[in-house]
Amino acid sequence: MGITVEHISKTYGNFTALRDVSLEIRSGQLTALLGPSGSGKTTLLRIIAGLEIPDPGSGAIRFSREDMADRRVQERRVGFVFQHYALFRHLTVFENVAFGLRVRPRADRPSRKEIAERVHTLLDLVQLDGMAERYPSQLSGGQRQRVALARALAVEPKVLLLDEPFGALDARVRKQLRAWLRHLHQEIRVTSVFVTHDQDEALEVADHVVIMNEGRIEQEGTPESVFHQPATEFVMNFLGDVNVFHARVEDGKISFASLRLDAPGHADSADAPARVFVRPHELDLAREPGPAPSLPATVLTVHAAGPTVRLQLRTPLGETLVAVITQARFRDLDVKCGDQVHVAPRDLHVFLPPPDRAM
Amino acid sequence: MGDLVRVRRHRFAGRHDRAATTEPRWVGLLLLATTVVFLGLFLLLPLVTVFTEALRKGAGAYFASFGDPAALAAIRLTLTVAAIAVPLNLVFGVTAAWAIAKFEFRGKSFVTTLIDVPLAVSPVISGAIYVLLFGLQGLLGPWLSAHGLQVIFAVPGIVIATVFVTVPFIARELIPLMQEQGIEDEEAALTLGASGWQTFRRVTLPNVKWALLYGVILCNARAMGEFGAVSVVSGHIRGKTNTMPLQVEILYNEYNFVAAFAVASLLALLALVTLALKTLVERLSAAAVTLDSGLPAAEEI
Repeated sequence: MGITVEHISKTYGNFTALRDVSLEIRSGQLTALLGPSGSGKTTLLRIIAGLEIPDPGSGAIRFSREDMADRRVQERRVGFVFQHYALFRHLTVFENVAFGLRVRPRADRPSRKEIAERVHTLLDLVQLDGMAERYPSQLSGGQRQRVALARALAVEPKVLLLDEPFGALDARVRKQLRAWLRHLHQEIRVTSVFVTHDQDEALEVADHVVIMNEGRIEQEGTPESVFHQPATEFVMNFLGDVNVFHARVEDGKISFASLRLDAPGHADSADAPARVFVRPHELDLAREPGPAPSLPATVLTVHAAGPTVRLQLRTPLGETLVAVITQARFRDLDVKCGDQVHVAPRDLHVFLPPPDRAM
Repeated sequence: MGDLVRVRRHRFAGRHDRAATTEPRWVGLLLLATTVVFLGLFLLLPLVTVFTEALRKGAGAYFASFGDPAALAAIRLTLTVAAIAVPLNLVFGVTAAWAIAKFEFRGKSFVTTLIDVPLAVSPVISGAIYVLLFGLQGLLGPWLSAHGLQVIFAVPGIVIATVFVTVPFIARELIPLMQEQGIEDEEAALTLGASGWQTFRRVTLPNVKWALLYGVILCNARAMGEFGAVSVVSGHIRGKTNTMPLQVEILYNEYNFVAAFAVASLLALLALVTLALKTLVERLSAAAVTLDSGLPAAEEI
């Protein structure tokens, strides 16, 4: 079931959490709402769930065309997973998962036997079948979050909403659970939306990424498209490390440092100041200047303990750059601190400042 | 390696036979002695006195005191008042705590302060206010007497005064706990399809049950033991509007010491039972908390 968000705004007193947000969440997809804290992503998720009400007169939330304005949380059939699990501490794992079935009106309530079967199937799905009689306090963080997920799935939700589901877990468990969630979603195929501030998590797990900032959507698309074609400086910055150059666009060319290159996407732009972003892994290093335009630089630091090698460089103009190269390339180059190298950007992202913002 | 360990150990053993944060032995003893003497003088001695005075003329005289119809009436009235005041405050306390902890509204801190008023005001004054309000010369007095209702110098007045004095006990136990627990559990229940009432009964109430029980015990102790406010509104009609604390006073003023202390001993027993229950509840809730967090988690993830 698809979800449509139409012109939703939300203010809390003086604080605007969402500014006229519209969004289409496709059926069966796993969508990530990605952004820094205060970007409005959790507010949007809670509005979809019905836990928050959008500003009066601001717009609509539709579940496959149907307006949800008059539908209370209980009627929306959403599975909601909270960052801090929100498991019922006085109930066993089994009773937690059964909760949504037990509170149904008698006419819709499955029999005792059906409930037990459903709960065990779900606990099996989240790989916790041996834990049914434990209390939440006797589980690890990752196990608790999987119980919370099973509990949310028990009511056969039309959408699954997850609020920073791995936010309270340590890094290793997070990574394992991420892969597991991806796998689970492929199995059950329920329309899912999860909120995260971790770009790696969003890019790795989601089919569709929505990047939010200051209550607005900056960009949305597949993980590949938002990563490789960032629409704004914010997205460029948020999705990974960057080197920034102050530049000028002139006659379809971009000039920065001592370079003058074709400006991708700005062949027809009027002359203007601009900013050039280059990711560290998009910088090529060489001992001698090659055919591609390059900048001379001095190696400041080398950090080689990892799958890639990270170098800090300084240009003659005093700008500090970060380059990331493979271990193999690093061996070929054989550079140390203080050596001279030539830096050639492979890929540029040029952004003209919006008219109202001074450089 | 061995040398290093020895050096370390030597340094830790040090010249003094105690850690740097511990005071000398005599300081601890002095503090303890002060506490014990103080408690003995002001708590234990009076408690012992109550029972020795009550039993001074033997067990026969002690039990005969309870044969007095006025004493029996006082006991009955005290139980009745507590039986009304405690449930009322249970409902009020849970409602107020629920509203304050789980909802945002304007004037919230004002309401929270209002709940504390009975603790800040002398009980005698609160009693006097009810006399001014419901008494014959009072604001509502003429209307009440025109309808044949008597509040002051009657049981309703005593109940009202007791309810007033015991208002904070349950609410104050619940509010901090419910605020700390937040509303995520309730939101989770709602998304799972539970109604408001189901959420309250199946999630909120179990989450606060120990604090609630604790509050009820304290509220009950105060309801049965209240003197000041009740004294003002009761009118001291023997066998009719005297609660146990008032009866003690009357008997004492009549130099009927055995009977006075016999009734007082019941109140003292109530205090002891309250303390025992309170300790029990603390133990049980501590055990529940341990179950909540103490057991080792199984393998990660």
